[in-house]
Amino acid sequence: MRTPADIAAAIADGALLALPPDYSLVSMETVRALIRRRAKNLRLLGVPILGMSADLLIGAGCVAEVETSAVSLGEAGLAPRFTEAAEKGEIVVRDATCPAIHTALQAAEKGVPYIPLPGVLGSDLVKFRPDWKVENDLLIVPALRPDVALFHARWADEAGNVWVGRRRELATVAHAAKQTFVTFEELRKGDMLEDELLAPGVISSTYITGIAQAPRGAWPLGVAGVYGVDDAHLSLYAKAAKTREGFQRYLDEWVLTPRKSFSPA
Amino acid sequence: MGPYAKEELLACVIARLVEGSRHAAIGASSPIPASGCYLSRITNPQLRVSLQQRRAANPFTEGSRELFDLAGQGRIDTFFLGGAQIDGTGAINLVRAEGRRFPGSFGSAFMYPMVPGTILFREEHSRRTLVPKVEFVSARGTPRALLTGKALFSWQKEKKRFRLESFHHSTKQEVAELTGFEYDVSPDVKETPPPTDEELSLLRGPVAKQVAPDYPEFARRVWGLS
Repeated sequence: MRTPADIAAAIADGALLALPPDYSLVSMETVRALIRRRAKNLRLLGVPILGMSADLLIGAGCVAEVETSAVSLGEAGLAPRFTEAAEKGEIVVRDATCPAIHTALQAAEKGVPYIPLPGVLGSDLVKFRPDWKVENDLLIVPALRPDVALFHARWADEAGNVWVGRRRELATVAHAAKQTFVTFEELRKGDMLEDELLAPGVISSTYITGIAQAPRGAWPLGVAGVYGVDDAHLSLYAKAAKTREGFQRYLDEWVLTPRKSFSPA
Repeated sequence: MGPYAKEELLACVIARLVEGSRHAAIGASSPIPASGCYLSRITNPQLRVSLQQRRAANPFTEGSRELFDLAGQGRIDTFFLGGAQIDGTGAINLVRAEGRRFPGSFGSAFMYPMVPGTILFREEHSRRTLVPKVEFVSARGTPRALLTGKALFSWQKEKKRFRLESFHHSTKQEVAELTGFEYDVSPDVKETPPPTDEELSLLRGPVAKQVAPDYPEFARRVWGLS
């Protein structure tokens, strides 16, 4: 496995694909590669919410179903392709709430079939989730085991470990998923688990199925401490994606046209 | 005091509402609550302010679940929620209304019942947003207050009804016309006190600087920061 395109090829059509929110190391380069390979019927899982990655995949016709606590572009506003697809019934939306997704992944991580969660019972969400049960005034959510977890990391090393720092929801989803693919900014020599300062931010290679280097691979989203979110580009996207035609022009220019570099210019 | 932006007034109201709070958490897309909490922290240094989506120096080291684990244990006493619709029972709807799809419930279904002092905040004050009954209940809980671009309501726990405390950029009459649910009116109802000179200089100085990295568009629009 050498490139984001190789990862995209290894993610099967119809897979339950877990993705992080826009603030937590999204492998945007693999998302673009999934669109270029015309992935179909993906079932996205927001861990626990989704943003531009999901909006792109939905607009490009790669998605059948979304389970998430929200889809939003943050300051850039509503996610336009998600919104239209949901309003027209073109995708199935399984509405959740953030801690239910975190907790369900933690159940999978522990290898238990279900796990209780307080709160939530006053919400209509429960009525639309036949898989959620209520016992002794507690919500019982079934373990959630994604087919694939996909995210980006600042570093990978020669031992196949990846470093995500404090973005520990990525560790949880990697522990829970059947397969985990990671793109990364830079390769480090050696084994990060031998470094006491780096080790707490590492996800061990035990959980990693495949890695591929992608410098600036989270762009237009950010990697804390390396590069920031390209807010101007996000707002350009939010405007363009308001219409199907504008979205198609965006895809043609920024996703489907081969680029020499992952960076914007 | 000089002229001020409506966002500055709302941030000041929030700063007054969170007085005495020990740990305020702030979720997605909440630049005004963040500004209000940062402002309050200047005079109440015991207040901890945790932005869930802080881009750098994020306060959570166990990932985004840590916020919910903290709330589940009672370690968060102030949280902010909005809604495409909010009704007179305090229920909020972040999912769908009038055929339109909204982003989704986020953590509200858990946070609202778990955090004792949830502040409901929605800038738009209209019969479209403040409705007799929400179309979808994302979450129910016991709010501390409801703040809009035109009014501040307190929550009466016994009566389970809002009570109008003050109005801003508006009148008591107009608030009645634009509110779709029934509410009581405080005998002392008045115009919301405007920001003081000190509050404004703190907002435009240290608070603006703290808010800008996470809400660049907001900081540019309100304070001309880039």
